[in-house]
Amino acid sequence: MAKIIVVTSGKGGVGKTTTTASFAVGLAQRGHKTVAVDFDVGLRNLDLIMGCERRVVYDFVNVINGEANLNQALIKDKRVENLYVLPASQTRDKEALTKEGVAKTLEELSKSFDFIVCDSPAGIEHGALMAMYYADEALIVTNPEVSSVRDSDRILGILASKSRRAEEVEEPVREHLVITRYAPERVSEGEMLGMDDIIEILGVPLLGVIPESQAVLNSSNAGTPVILTEGSDAGQAYTDLVARFLGDERAHRFLTAEKKGFMRRWFGG
Amino acid sequence: MSSPASQSSAALPFDLKGSVFTLSVMHLHRLNLEDIGLRLDEKVSQAPQFFANMPVVLDLGGLSGPATSTDFAGLIALLREKGLVPVAARRGTESAQAAAIEAGLAILSEAPGGSRAHQREVSPPSESPTKAPDPTPARAAADSAGARHATRVVAQPVRSGQQIYAAGGDLIALRMVSAGAEILADGNIHILGPLRGRALAGAQGDETAHIICQSLEAELVSIAGRYRLFDEIDKSVLGQAVHIYLDGDRLVIDRI
Repeated sequence: MAKIIVVTSGKGGVGKTTTTASFAVGLAQRGHKTVAVDFDVGLRNLDLIMGCERRVVYDFVNVINGEANLNQALIKDKRVENLYVLPASQTRDKEALTKEGVAKTLEELSKSFDFIVCDSPAGIEHGALMAMYYADEALIVTNPEVSSVRDSDRILGILASKSRRAEEVEEPVREHLVITRYAPERVSEGEMLGMDDIIEILGVPLLGVIPESQAVLNSSNAGTPVILTEGSDAGQAYTDLVARFLGDERAHRFLTAEKKGFMRRWFGG
Repeated sequence: MSSPASQSSAALPFDLKGSVFTLSVMHLHRLNLEDIGLRLDEKVSQAPQFFANMPVVLDLGGLSGPATSTDFAGLIALLREKGLVPVAARRGTESAQAAAIEAGLAILSEAPGGSRAHQREVSPPSESPTKAPDPTPARAAADSAGARHATRVVAQPVRSGQQIYAAGGDLIALRMVSAGAEILADGNIHILGPLRGRALAGAQGDETAHIICQSLEAELVSIAGRYRLFDEIDKSVLGQAVHIYLDGDRLVIDRI
C-alpha cells in the first residue's frame, strides 16, 4: 500500500510545486518508488518544474475518463530511478477530477508505488479538496508572512474536517509544516515572521525550513528540481527534509543570517 | 412643557437604538390549530409563569404545505389566548412570509452565524431534562442526548474559517482557537490553548456565562451580546491567562 502525501497551502505561489518536485525526487533517491501527481488541472506546471513537459502525451484527466491507461500517462524521470510523474491536463477544468475517478487512479497507483505525492492547486475549491481528500499525510507549505500563515491554518481546518480520514473517523491526516522562502536576515530585521512564531500560530510539527534562494528560480527555469542542484542551500534543505520525513534525525540548517564575505558573494553561496 | 426624557435626548421625541434579545422560536411543522392548541396546553401547564406574555418567533422553515394569512391570523389568536405574544416569523417560503406579514407579523432575517445549531427546545426552568422529541434532525450529534447542559469538548485545534457552537451547554477547547475561527456556546467557554479568534459565551443571552482562556489574543470576546474587540482589550491582559465575565452590563477581563 502506498502512502499518499498531499502538498498544500491554500495560498498560491508559496512553493507547493517546487516542494512537490524536490520531495518526490528526494524520496526516489532514497530508493522508494515514487509518483508525483499534478492536481492543478488547467494550470499544470509540475511537468515544467520536473522538466518533462515535452514528453506529456496523456494526462490525469485522460486516465480518469478512461481515454488512456496509467502506464500510457505516467512519465518516467530520466535522471532519477524509481520516479514517475502523472501530469495534469492543460485543457480541462478542475471539475474533470471526480471523487470516484481520483479514488480509482490512486488505488491503481497504490499497487505499484511506495509514495504518491499530490501537488495541490491553490485555493480551497474543488481541485484542492480532491488533492487532499485521500491523503494519509500532508505537507503544509507556508511562507513567513501573515496571509500565507492564515491560509495554511484554513487548509489545516479543512484537512481536519473534510478529508476521507476525517469523514470516515479514522486516525487524522498527519500534518507536517514546511516553511519556504525563509530569509533569516529579514526575520532578524522584523520584516518576516520568525520560524517559532509560525510554529506557534499553526501548532503543527516542523518538517523543514527552505531558505529563500536564487537556486530555486534558476532550477525552475531549467526544469531541474532544486534538490538536484549540487551544493545549493535550498537543495540541501530539501534533502534534510526528506530524510526527516523518513525518520532520520537532522538538525535544521539555514536558520540564522550569515554574513557573506566578499569571496563567497563573488563565487555564489 | 417639561418632558420626562433625559437631558441629552430631550430635543427628540425618541431615540432609535439597536439591541439584541433572546427570543423563543416556535418551529412549525403543520398549521393544524387544534394540535398546536393541545401541545401548547401541555407545555403551558408545566410552567404557566414561564410562558406568560412570552414573545415568540414563528419559524416557517419546516412548514409543509401552503400557509395563508387566515391561517396565521388564527394561529396568532390562539397563541395570544394561551398567553404568548407572537412578534415575528422567520425562514419559510416567500408566500408563507407574505402571508405572515399580512397577518401583522414582522420577518426576522437569519441571525449572523445563525446556524441550525441555534435551535434548541425551549423548556421552562422547572421542567426535568427528559428527552424531548427532536424537531430538527440536522441537530449536532453531541446535542442529541437531549441533555440541555451537555458539554462539547473540542480536542482538535479550531482553525481559521471554522465555527463551533455548543448548543445549550458549555464548550471546552483543548487546543488553540486560531485567528479567523469562531466558537460559541450557550453556556461557558473554556480554552486551554491560546484564543486568537472569536469567542462568544452565553450566545442565547445567559449573562452568568464565563470565558476562561490560557492566553488572550482574541479578535473578539462576547458574553450575552456584550462584546469587546481586540483593539479595545487592555494591553496588560493580552497574552495572559484570563477570566472574562459580566458585572452588570460591563464586560470584565481579569488575569487569573
